[in-house]
Amino acid sequence: MTVRRTPVTILIRNARVLGGEPTDLLLRDGVIAEIGPGLAADGAEVVDGTGLVALPGLVDLHTHLREPGREDAETVYTGSRAAALGGYTAVCAMANTSPVADTAGVVEQVYRLGQEAGLVDVQPIGAVTVGLAGERLAELGAMADSAARVRVFSDDGFCVADPRLMRRALEYVKAFDGVIAQHAEEPRLTQGAQMHEGDVSARLGLTGWPAVAEESIIARDVLLAGHVGARLHVCHVSTAGSVDIIRMAKARGVRVTAEVTPHHLLLTHDKAESYDPVYKVNPPLRTDADVEALREGLRDGTIDIVATDHAPHAAEDKECEWAYARPGMLGLETALPIVLDVLGEDWPLIAERMSYAPARIAGLDGHGNALTAGAPANLTLVDPTVRWSVDPTGLASLSHNTPYAGMTVPGRIVATFLRGVPTVLDGKVQK
Amino acid sequence: MKHLLSTADLDAATATEILDIATEMASVSGREIKKLPTLRGRTVVNLFYEDSTRTRISFEAAAKRLSADVINFSAKGSSVEKGESLKDTAWTLQAMGADAVVIRHPASGAPHRLANWVTGSVLNAGDGTHEHPTQALLDAYTMRSRMGRLDGLHVAIVGDVLHSRVARSNVLLLNTLGAKVTLVGPPTLVPTDLNASVQVAYDLDAVLPQADVVMMLRVQRERMTDSYFPSAREYSRRYGLDGARLRRMPAHAIVMHPGPMNRGMEITPEVADSPRSTIVEQVTNGVSVRMACLYLLLGGAR
Repeated sequence: MTVRRTPVTILIRNARVLGGEPTDLLLRDGVIAEIGPGLAADGAEVVDGTGLVALPGLVDLHTHLREPGREDAETVYTGSRAAALGGYTAVCAMANTSPVADTAGVVEQVYRLGQEAGLVDVQPIGAVTVGLAGERLAELGAMADSAARVRVFSDDGFCVADPRLMRRALEYVKAFDGVIAQHAEEPRLTQGAQMHEGDVSARLGLTGWPAVAEESIIARDVLLAGHVGARLHVCHVSTAGSVDIIRMAKARGVRVTAEVTPHHLLLTHDKAESYDPVYKVNPPLRTDADVEALREGLRDGTIDIVATDHAPHAAEDKECEWAYARPGMLGLETALPIVLDVLGEDWPLIAERMSYAPARIAGLDGHGNALTAGAPANLTLVDPTVRWSVDPTGLASLSHNTPYAGMTVPGRIVATFLRGVPTVLDGKVQK
Repeated sequence: MKHLLSTADLDAATATEILDIATEMASVSGREIKKLPTLRGRTVVNLFYEDSTRTRISFEAAAKRLSADVINFSAKGSSVEKGESLKDTAWTLQAMGADAVVIRHPASGAPHRLANWVTGSVLNAGDGTHEHPTQALLDAYTMRSRMGRLDGLHVAIVGDVLHSRVARSNVLLLNTLGAKVTLVGPPTLVPTDLNASVQVAYDLDAVLPQADVVMMLRVQRERMTDSYFPSAREYSRRYGLDGARLRRMPAHAIVMHPGPMNRGMEITPEVADSPRSTIVEQVTNGVSVRMACLYLLLGGAR
């Protein structure tokens, strides 16, 4: 199950770093030893990068790996495979497992499982509150001091709705340069909510999830973060109003960062018309105007990163009535193609939004580095000319709940390297 | 027509055809032997995930008058209560050879899901807060028989529109058939973006003098505890139909209610029992309209 550990030297021929001129990259001892055209092979294993774009290994700040607790939907190992195939070298595993990752013990378990899988660096996220219950702080410091070195804390799936508790959490994690990643959803405004509140929800008779439930929490939280001088990260921003609020907060100097998911950049609420819960997600798919605002926010930097919110679910949790289905979509293997589709081949921007910035926010020093000599050899090779059709059963995830089934998307991930070791070669996981 | 999931799927010609067939079916119900051989050998399953004796017996009577075999599958005390999924239930019904499944379900869209999993026809008998197509058809049938037409009628739908599957199906069907619809209720219970071709009003008294039909919706008392309105008394005062309001309606105007009524809440006994109320007729017409739907779906036509 583990990647080959024998030291390898790899020479990537003629890859275009961030879409630039073709060049060679020599990966040795976990770092990029040399970079430049016409490097000598010298016994290195040669990977032909002709026509491929080299990107720094992608970093996902928002992944659900489901282990421990729902190993029927995903495990750290299967999720790691999906991540490597998606071009990722690091993923941050959300805390809403069972048991919840709210103690040093659980985050260390997840961390260790990630190390054993060895395909990507799995960085656990710790819960903000005990059991995600929103009542009292989990032992944030213990998780920070653990072997997992947790820096990002989130109750994702639930909002830290109590303003006083949120203030305390923001303040408390300053001691170890932590950040609170908020799932912004005012729970009183979303009781029973099933989809975006608007004309489609009114027609379908599904209880609405109003944009204001997200925006009101973000507005409150940026004010709180500003007040206590703490770092705030906003998970899966989904509305135009949220983008406006974050833009305003950044202009005022608040230390806020924000993420958007690929699905919120592409899909809209009318997908619910089929009543197929593969389109049920939290926050819900919104309107065309929201999609436009999110794209603009991502381009202009109001939104710092793309995060997948990869949320595998077992078949029985999706092949049912809409209201009874769990919210969430797969994302790891389709994120880069969807972002390519949305942003176009702006490779420096893609590297910033999907690698540099998420690594910075998560405090992952070994990731999100520019591909230069001496940098850790975490990178991925993409063929932007290939278009492929998404087949749910062809994905590496244990679950099949992709909203892109049958869609043709651009960009095939050909190879991924974690500290110089190939985790994916020729589009196949190297295990 | 394979399924009847939403009145949005009905064009004016099909909707009118159903009402016309229902008229013929009504004459059967007037006979001494209320039975046609049309669906002999066909199996209709009533799959009810909510208690609704009225709707279930209406469908049962309709299917039996067409000589179909009827199986009643109530979710209570069945495999469903033991945790069986809708999909597994669908496969069970499929294996039993159901030609049509009449489904009542608390989740919006459940009939749409079911239609993916069975080869027979699916009839939506009310799904969550989404739609109740046969109720809208029987309402249209009742209006047409009382008023002689649907085109140009002004219909006021009053009450908890937000949570009403009856209202949704009626809005769509009445639009298709040329009636004008005004939704009336407190702003907390009237979605403003339901449909571009309806009017929304918050003052019942202003609407009543212009209405040909006033359709009162059932208001559940639970809405009160959810702060949709302050009290049952205030609701009745602002949106209940009493004798004084009935007299402000045009002389020809009728009062409808899909039942079951909350007497004293949205409607007073004086109004409910008045000759201008069509509440009992609606129940009678329900059987004829459901006969027409089963007849059309199960290929009885042509």
